[in-house]
Amino acid sequence: MIAPHLPILQVVIPLLAAPICVLLHSGRLAWLLTVAVSWVSFAVSVLLLGQVMDGGPLSYELGGWAPPWGIEYRIDALNALVLFIVSGISAIVLPFARASVEREIESERVYLFYTAYLLCLTGLLGITATGDAFNVFVFLEISSLSSYALISLGRDRRALMAAYQYLILGTIGATFILIGIGLAYMVTGTLNMADLAERLPAVSGNRTVQVSLAFLTVGICLKLALFPLHLWLPNAYAYAPSVVSAFLAATATKVSAYLLLRFLFTIFGVEFSFEAMQLGVILSTLAVLAMFVGSLVAIFQEDVKRMLAYSSIAQIGYIVLGISLVSVDGLTAGIVHLFNHAIIKGGMFLALGCIFFRIGSVQLHDMRGLGRRMPYTMAAFVVGGLGLIGVPLTAGFISKWYLVVAALEAGVWPLAVLVLASSLLAVIYVWRVVEVAYFQPVPDDKAAAKDKATLGEAPLSMLLPAWVLIGASIYFGLDTSFSVGVARAAASSLLGLDLAEIGS
Amino acid sequence: MEIPGLFNYWIVVVLMMIGFYTVISRGNLVKKIIGLNIFQVSVFVLYISMGAVAGGTAPILAPGIEHYANPLPHVLILTAIVVGVATTALGLALVVRIHEAYGTIEEDEIQAEDERT
Amino acid sequence: MSSSAVILFCLATPLIGALLIALSNRRPNQREAITLATAAILFVGVASLIPEVRAGARPELLLGEILPGLSLYFRVEPLGMLFAGVASFLWIVNSVYSIGYMRANLEGHQTRFYVCFAVALASTVGVAFAGNMLTLFIFYEVLTLSTYPLVTHSGKPEAIRAGRTYLGILLSTSIGLLLLAILWTWWAAGTLAFSEGGILAGRVSDGAMAVLLALYMFGIGKAALMPMHRWLPAAMVAPTPVSALLHAVAVVKAGVFTVTKVIVYIFGIDSLSRVADAGWLIYVAGATIVIASLIALRQDNLKRRLAYSTVSQLSYVILAAAILTPLSVAGAALHIAAHAFGKITLFFAAGSIYTAAHKTEVSQLAGIGRRMPWTMTAFTIGTISMIGLPPTAGFVSKWYMLRGAIEADQLFAIAIILISTLLNAAYFLPIVYTAFLNKPAPVDKDDHEHGHEHGEAPLPILLALGVTAAGTVLLFFFADLPLDLALQLAGRSQ
Repeated sequence: MIAPHLPILQVVIPLLAAPICVLLHSGRLAWLLTVAVSWVSFAVSVLLLGQVMDGGPLSYELGGWAPPWGIEYRIDALNALVLFIVSGISAIVLPFARASVEREIESERVYLFYTAYLLCLTGLLGITATGDAFNVFVFLEISSLSSYALISLGRDRRALMAAYQYLILGTIGATFILIGIGLAYMVTGTLNMADLAERLPAVSGNRTVQVSLAFLTVGICLKLALFPLHLWLPNAYAYAPSVVSAFLAATATKVSAYLLLRFLFTIFGVEFSFEAMQLGVILSTLAVLAMFVGSLVAIFQEDVKRMLAYSSIAQIGYIVLGISLVSVDGLTAGIVHLFNHAIIKGGMFLALGCIFFRIGSVQLHDMRGLGRRMPYTMAAFVVGGLGLIGVPLTAGFISKWYLVVAALEAGVWPLAVLVLASSLLAVIYVWRVVEVAYFQPVPDDKAAAKDKATLGEAPLSMLLPAWVLIGASIYFGLDTSFSVGVARAAASSLLGLDLAEIGS
Repeated sequence: MEIPGLFNYWIVVVLMMIGFYTVISRGNLVKKIIGLNIFQVSVFVLYISMGAVAGGTAPILAPGIEHYANPLPHVLILTAIVVGVATTALGLALVVRIHEAYGTIEEDEIQAEDERT
Repeated sequence: MSSSAVILFCLATPLIGALLIALSNRRPNQREAITLATAAILFVGVASLIPEVRAGARPELLLGEILPGLSLYFRVEPLGMLFAGVASFLWIVNSVYSIGYMRANLEGHQTRFYVCFAVALASTVGVAFAGNMLTLFIFYEVLTLSTYPLVTHSGKPEAIRAGRTYLGILLSTSIGLLLLAILWTWWAAGTLAFSEGGILAGRVSDGAMAVLLALYMFGIGKAALMPMHRWLPAAMVAPTPVSALLHAVAVVKAGVFTVTKVIVYIFGIDSLSRVADAGWLIYVAGATIVIASLIALRQDNLKRRLAYSTVSQLSYVILAAAILTPLSVAGAALHIAAHAFGKITLFFAAGSIYTAAHKTEVSQLAGIGRRMPWTMTAFTIGTISMIGLPPTAGFVSKWYMLRGAIEADQLFAIAIILISTLLNAAYFLPIVYTAFLNKPAPVDKDDHEHGHEHGEAPLPILLALGVTAAGTVLLFFFADLPLDLALQLAGRSQ
């Protein structure tokens, strides 16, 4: 009975829970509600993914209004996977949140924190689930506004400026998207994605359509933090509360990457986006620059959270590079990396959250000797780092593998070389942390003597979620049938191919 | 190109550039938000004017009205205005908090403050 | 037990051992007993596969698919059998040695040491038994990572610096070059399985084959082909048991083993010999042999001299494999075993001298043979094997290499082998000479650290030393088993 309504439940449950959170007015209860909601969301996304993989795309008519007049929610392999990532990360991050949020956010604001969190979750899930272009903008703003608020809750006052800057750039990005959608509507008279996809090819020579694509691409790339539109990201991730960094790093840019895929491939179509407009060259150039600039800047960061943020910029480069190759293998690489990077980066930010919980800092020089004081946390961080490098047996290796194969297949072997060369930069920034944490003596001055509680591991409720994600990054490095399988299905449907035709 | 016939688009472009320029060039955080508002308004105008139908009136269901403007952009922009107001409110709230924390709302002074610590 | 279960058993034993060692953190006796037991069990497991492989069977194990068409797959063939056999046998000896060495030198973090050692051995077995290039690559990388904590064991600044060099060179070659080569192979051939006759033949052009060969050869950094050799001398900051088993046997042999595997099973001897541009490998390997020997001549630090000797000896294997005749390939395989026994003996001796006398430089060794006769006798046997004289294992492998080179009319290779024999003698024999014939330097009474009267090293060290020295000689007289496996690899029965 519930099964046909799953697409809407995915979005509505967290949306309704948000005001309830305000009414509860208690941090603990709000947390309990949020945990329950995100676990239910996760269950819904699992069911959805199952339905889509078995029976093909689902279409849900909101309020019974038939598309294209009513809003349609349309779930295919690609957005089912992204829903799975977003709600899954949320379900894992939340148990972590209780202790971490208590430590980092004033107690009278905790329930508001969870309200904003739920709204952000709603927005991200909504962007992904909807099949209506204008609806995308609305959910985009819901998630953005709540994430500005979430970021501004960070302890450091620089969090405020970070949130403000993100607000300015994010709003410009969202407005660009709004312009793009408006121009597309102007030409076609529809906002339904499937409808747009049908009508756009007929008018592809129209200047308005070209401008529309340009605005949309720039707007989405701003939200995606693709180099050189990444300026908001490092500060936002660095100064946000630990939970928020972990959640946003793992989900927000992934959802933007999904939007890019949806608009370029489904709505405007491969022929227009990549042949008429030549976006592939632009995107791959920027992606390669992102890979190198992101990693190079990461090497020089003293704040480890900032370091991970710059590393994210590089990793987004890999995702976009895969997309820009416009082949089944390339898209598979991009989508698999979207999934793998969410897991790896989420896990690493959670590990950093544990560290912040204990020593109250994520500066590199404060992490001296941490390998002995928090062995399990640091081990999680190092294994995650190996995933970023792309060492075999981790999920990162699988992404790199597909990316390089796709580059070779496209006949651009220099890209293959660049991908591998840039992975080596990751070795450097990961190893800086390793050397400090394992080889430098524990600072014996204030921190150690002052407070016994700063010694030892974070509570299990924090350590366990970090390890769940890190464990998943190893699991998906060994058994790729799920991640690669879904990614391949999504890739072939984006290219309009039948999965059976192209083989495994 | 027939400039007078497309004057609404020219207004959109001019407004957009004014807003954009304000956001980029001003160091005062409130002025930036004002710029952002102008920028958003330009898009509202774009939508509304695109829904206009020559000779049409407001889309109200009443006897005698047969020729009316496309109502959908109006509805959309109603939503966008709400979003815009929310963004402005949040932005201003942040500015208040920044003022509390730094004692200034000039971007360069804030930067100097951050570098000192 | 079926033979695939035995393979799984061999892979799992060291890992379970590592876990148990980690759990007995505070109980040194229990920890070391577990290490020894694990090593012994592993050897029994590996040895039990030998009769089958010798009879021509190729036991397999499939551990699930990682990527579509690419599995974690193991297949034991003669060369892997030889490598795994040597490594697992020497692990037992090395464990005995480690116990003596680590305790006598009061090293810290011993649990971490033994855990990493066991993981390194597990990955060595994984490399040896790998049935396709992906599986091999996975264990190759795990081996690099698991030995990093061993290299930086002391935690001193020079150890961290050495660790950077170690990891930097090994990871950048393996990710930057080797992985690229593997991916190219996969893309071009559609398979990565090791198969007789190679998988690249007819699938890529000759030019591409030459480029691929370069990517593979320089990408396998563990084989220490110049200029990718610098990690090996750097790794000498590790405790001696690490240098002995890992940086004279497991890690470096994993390198040349991979080289041989790639040449035999990826390129195929016959198809590679048809590619005109592939001849450069002989020259690079030859140059490495001579240059590394010349550098070794100038090293005063004993372990560094041994390290450069290893660089040069590793290139023998590459040279022999690059000659591309069955006999020389058999020589390459034999040399993996022969050099392992000889070099581990030399390292054991160096560690023994360090433990008993705290001496690390060649120039300090005058007259030490009178105080440590057992150690220096074993050292002499190792030396003879390095030079390649009978009655030691080194002679047998060099003999096959030379025969292969003569068969292929490779004058350059013959010349290199002869010149380097002289060079080997030049940098090893003076050590033996001064140790036995020179008078010890007058003892400085104030220098208690270096000048004290010392005798032999502790018993476990001597025991280990004796076993490997004896092994070096025995391999000369009873060379049937390794020879048989090596010739099977080359596709010739005896």
